[in-house]
Amino acid sequence: MDRLFDLVAVFSLVLIVWVLSSVRRAHIRVEYSVSWLLAAAVLLILARWRTLDDWMAAALGISDSFIALAIIAGAAFLVVLYRQSLRISGLKDSSITLAQQVAILEFRLDALSEKEKL
Amino acid sequence: MSQAVNQCAKRLLVLIPAFNEEGAVAGVVEEVRSTVPGTPILVVDDCSRDATRSRARSAGAQVLAMPHHLGLGGCVQAGYRLAYELGFDYVIRVDGDGQHDPRDIPTVLEALERGDCEMVIGSRFVDDQGTHTSWLRAAGIVFFRAVLRPILGKPVRDPTSGYVGVNRTALELFSATFPLEYPEIEALVVLQRKRFRFTEVPCRFRPRRTGRSTITAVKSLYYIIYVLLGVFVNVLKFEGRRK
Repeated sequence: MDRLFDLVAVFSLVLIVWVLSSVRRAHIRVEYSVSWLLAAAVLLILARWRTLDDWMAAALGISDSFIALAIIAGAAFLVVLYRQSLRISGLKDSSITLAQQVAILEFRLDALSEKEKL
Repeated sequence: MSQAVNQCAKRLLVLIPAFNEEGAVAGVVEEVRSTVPGTPILVVDDCSRDATRSRARSAGAQVLAMPHHLGLGGCVQAGYRLAYELGFDYVIRVDGDGQHDPRDIPTVLEALERGDCEMVIGSRFVDDQGTHTSWLRAAGIVFFRAVLRPILGKPVRDPTSGYVGVNRTALELFSATFPLEYPEIEALVVLQRKRFRFTEVPCRFRPRRTGRSTITAVKSLYYIIYVLLGVFVNVLKFEGRRK
């Protein structure tokens, strides 16, 4: 059981390093990295703080504290994923509006150019 | 082209969305020109990888070229936006694959001009004449007829038809909000939410001239789930039904 908790802690650390390195290389914007860093930090704390896991397992009515940790971690990552989906949806809407406006502007510009030629 | 889109008498615009339709688009443009001479024709090219754009231009249409692929809804909405900005009163959409017979444009326009509805659907089932559709699509049509009947408060025979005419009121609505991927069915619900009316007129449909339909057998299940979800989301925003 201890090994599983260690594994989760290592995974959290790898995730934190990975996200920070992506931020440094400008592969991910700082505002989008915050959710992931927060989720990874919470996971790390839960993996190291066994008393908290036991308390959560008792509160959830689960006998196994690792399953409690897995449920909490899963829920946290689902929330992060959903937030990212919301952002992607917003960006897609903006991208479509922009593309339409660019096309309409180009169309009108071409029409003006044609007029000037005449 | 006798009347450019920018210089027309602000009446009817024929809108042709096209994606990789180099084999059919020129024929469609020519048929539209011979049916309604002098009417501006706008081909909205959804970033085709083939010669759709140049074929449409050489056939005499003006082309609104998307900078990247938006999908059918985004592409049609761009055309509606431009038409609305340019002050057109009516827009009739004819697909670029040649399935819609442009000889029915006057029928759609007449129904729009009567002024008792905001949208006219060219239907292959009003006179039970058009059956150029796959069994899969036919099954989808039957399913969505049943789903839409209680929502719209009246029957719709051909909810997946893209042969659609709109007046300026609907044009204003659709230039602001229009469904993205499979727009026909959701557009009906959007229209109903605003208490706008629609009617169906008989139109001839033909087998597509070239290329393949975007709705393949594999995509059909995704299509049904996607459209059902879109309808459900729009019903949640339901503001009332026109009596």
